[in-house]
Amino acid sequence: MKIRKKARYVDPDLCNACEECVKVCPVVKPDEYQMGLSSRKAIYIPFPQAVPCSYILNMDDCLGNNPIACGKCAEVCDKQAINYDDEDEIITREIGSIIVAIGLDVYDPTEMDEYGYTRFENVITSMEFERLICAGGPTAGHFVRPSDQQRPKRIGFIQCVGSRNPKIGRPYCSNICCMNTIKDTLLLADHYPDMENVVFYQDIRSFGKSFEDMFQRSREAGTRYIRGLPGDVREDPNTRNLTVTVENTTKGKLEHHELDMLVLSVGVVPPKDLAKISGMLTLSKTSDGFFMESHPKLKPVDAPTRGVYFAGFCESPKDIKDSVCQAGAASSRSGALLNAGQIQIEAITSRIDETACKKCGLCAAVCPYGAIVWKKGEAAVVIEAACAGCGACGATCLFGAITMRHFTDDQLMAQVRATLGENPQDKVFCFACNWCSYAGGDMAGISRMKYPTTNRVVRTMCSARVSEEMVLEAFRCGAPIVLVSGCHYADCHYINANRQTVKRVQNLWNKLEKAGVRPERLQLEWISAAEGQKFAKVMYQLEEMRQAVTMEEIEHARQALKPKPKKAAKKKAEAAVAS
Amino acid sequence: MVANPTNDKIRVGVFVCDCGLNIAGAVDCAAVAEYAETLPDVMCVVRNKYTCADPGQNEIKNAIHQHQLTRVVVASCTPRQHEPTFRQCVREAGLNPYLLEMANLREHCSWVHPGEWDGATAKAKDLVASAVARARLLQPQEELTVPVTKRALVIGGGVAGIEAAIELGDAGHQVVLVEKQPSIGGIMAQLDKTFPTMDCSI
Ligand SMILES: Cc1cc2nc3c(=O)[nH]c(=O)nc-3n(C[C@H](O)[C@H](O)[C@H](O)COP(=O)(O)OP(=O)(O)OC[C@H]3O[C@@H](n4cnc5c(N)ncnc54)[C@H](O)[C@@H]3O)c2cc1C
Ligand code: SF4
Repeated sequence: MKIRKKARYVDPDLCNACEECVKVCPVVKPDEYQMGLSSRKAIYIPFPQAVPCSYILNMDDCLGNNPIACGKCAEVCDKQAINYDDEDEIITREIGSIIVAIGLDVYDPTEMDEYGYTRFENVITSMEFERLICAGGPTAGHFVRPSDQQRPKRIGFIQCVGSRNPKIGRPYCSNICCMNTIKDTLLLADHYPDMENVVFYQDIRSFGKSFEDMFQRSREAGTRYIRGLPGDVREDPNTRNLTVTVENTTKGKLEHHELDMLVLSVGVVPPKDLAKISGMLTLSKTSDGFFMESHPKLKPVDAPTRGVYFAGFCESPKDIKDSVCQAGAASSRSGALLNAGQIQIEAITSRIDETACKKCGLCAAVCPYGAIVWKKGEAAVVIEAACAGCGACGATCLFGAITMRHFTDDQLMAQVRATLGENPQDKVFCFACNWCSYAGGDMAGISRMKYPTTNRVVRTMCSARVSEEMVLEAFRCGAPIVLVSGCHYADCHYINANRQTVKRVQNLWNKLEKAGVRPERLQLEWISAAEGQKFAKVMYQLEEMRQAVTMEEIEHARQALKPKPKKAAKKKAEAAVAS
Repeated sequence: MVANPTNDKIRVGVFVCDCGLNIAGAVDCAAVAEYAETLPDVMCVVRNKYTCADPGQNEIKNAIHQHQLTRVVVASCTPRQHEPTFRQCVREAGLNPYLLEMANLREHCSWVHPGEWDGATAKAKDLVASAVARARLLQPQEELTVPVTKRALVIGGGVAGIEAAIELGDAGHQVVLVEKQPSIGGIMAQLDKTFPTMDCSI
């Protein structure tokens, strides 16, 4: 594992935090920690309790390491702790287990223009609220409104901003914002007993231990809870007060509320780096965009990739307590693996028969793990410890030289034939990859999503394992419709093995067309482990397609796709050599 | 261990699970079992109420001994859930764990076809036929054991990452904590007080 340790440009061992550098730095930038509500210099400590607690120089902000441009801070640093030439360091470490805890990003409400976040100064987010109420914040904890620095008397909170809203593609509940608002109202009631607080909500979700008690206290402290989400916010340009229009759904009445300040209780979104980390560790995500666990109940902290575990928000929205619980579970799972000191690799790896290998190197080219070593003129060799068993090579080899242990050609072909033995015309034949599509089928089952009984699924580890012969064999057996399904294109459990799937299916479409078989009879679908609903939907669509396939078409395909005698003979000869 | 099962005759045992009413409520398990008996090389078919429970597993082990089974097909739930359970079970009875195959009659059949007795039963039969066809060709496999480096990497230094790193450290493991910001702490470091106890976040 390679880790980039970023340059700090200030030596933490030499720096004694005298602050002289900050005084002379001419650069003024919005302070990210304070949500941009105050400023910092280019050289700064992120926040007083930061760990490590030393200064850092942000090179993007710094006027330049050329002393003629600036260089003021280095001049005043007695300890000579500042080094403009500091460089990122690449640290290489061998790692046995990984815990992914990359957290969350906070929803940016700019797109929900009806709330006027970008237009009205006195509309803030709940994250900005945190900084404004905090003694360590830009106003030293004096809660004032941005437009005039006066203490507001009437504050409104709008719930579910960026959550539970399918229209903006965020259908999920963010889990923490109801309780966060309840907390905020209690803080305000504590600091300013005369303040009027009103919360606009659709449901209050106070389900955790002692949460309901907090909710009751908030109401007893005078906070009004109005059921209904505002449709419109307007500002009076003179007073800078805000008028919120809301349908009070309890009373069934349209109401207008004049407020001094409005807090948008923003939801949370998957962290920016999720896709990057996902690609590195071959993880997958749920339809909400957070990481997908191995099993929602029984393996809640395990990633599908062995040795990788999840902790905290990146797996799903949760509060601190749940994050800490999950971190404990993840470390215990990870520790168990480290203690064992060894791991068994499932015996599903690839094996190359040297004598059958024609030394073409095709297999080495498709292996996503570089687990096949091949040199021109030599037989290819598998490095077993590096092979993940996807089977892309097995389906690619033209000479039958590769055996996928436990998912052999013979085994899969036998399944095709057995499944389509009787009344094949009534069946939709499906290949599904273990990690996504088959698991998506499981998800449909767990969620009791009904679909037609006509589908028949054969499981492979990866969709790339499905060879042309297997698909053709299904048609030869009389399948009206064949589906090849795998992980979403960019989310392949085997890095990018499913690129081979696409190539193969495209080849097959050409072949079918040439043979006068409607290419649509072969379908390709990407279904993730979380997409039970999609799995069911696809099965309905395929059943509809099946009904449109005539007996004549089925018979034609049987005949037209028959293996060419020459090829069959060749195959037979090679099989004899192999055995 | 059964001596080199590859050279033995193929003798398949099929275990059809009711899973209470989870499967038996939507699939005619008796008909499926009866059909399984007609499949090639099937030497015994057993119906279980819950195959994964101890009595069910014991029936598999007994049948392996009694009928000298060399392949086992469990027609129950998804292999993604119980394949490890049944692999362990057949291993305990002396069979190589890779001589087991499963047919998914629950997640892929009974749970998605309630009220479709005939269609679901026909499908279940095909799933069992497919599993038996595959089982007949299964070969014993040996797993490769590779050493695990005794060091953990924690990506992200928010409260979850910090907590995980501390616990692993307390358990005596080496930990590398990687945080992309200049300081650890994550979102929690930006909060003032935190629910449900209203204490400070840092
Ligand atoms: C406005 C608001 C108020 C809240 N109030 C409360 C409350 O009162 N009580 C409560 O219990 N919960 C509260 N929460 C929830 C709480 O913040 C989360 O439960 C908690 O922060 C989750 O911790 P985490 O470690 O999973 O994620 P984070 O705190 O987000 O930490 C993730 C860390 O990973 C780092 N990271 C991200 N990507 C990478 C990468 N590629 N490489 C290395 N590092 C990376 C980030 O920089 C960050 O430091 C609140 C949340 C919000 C948004
Ligand atoms: S926690 Fe409350 S405010 Fe947040 S999304 Fe869920 S219901 Fe809406």
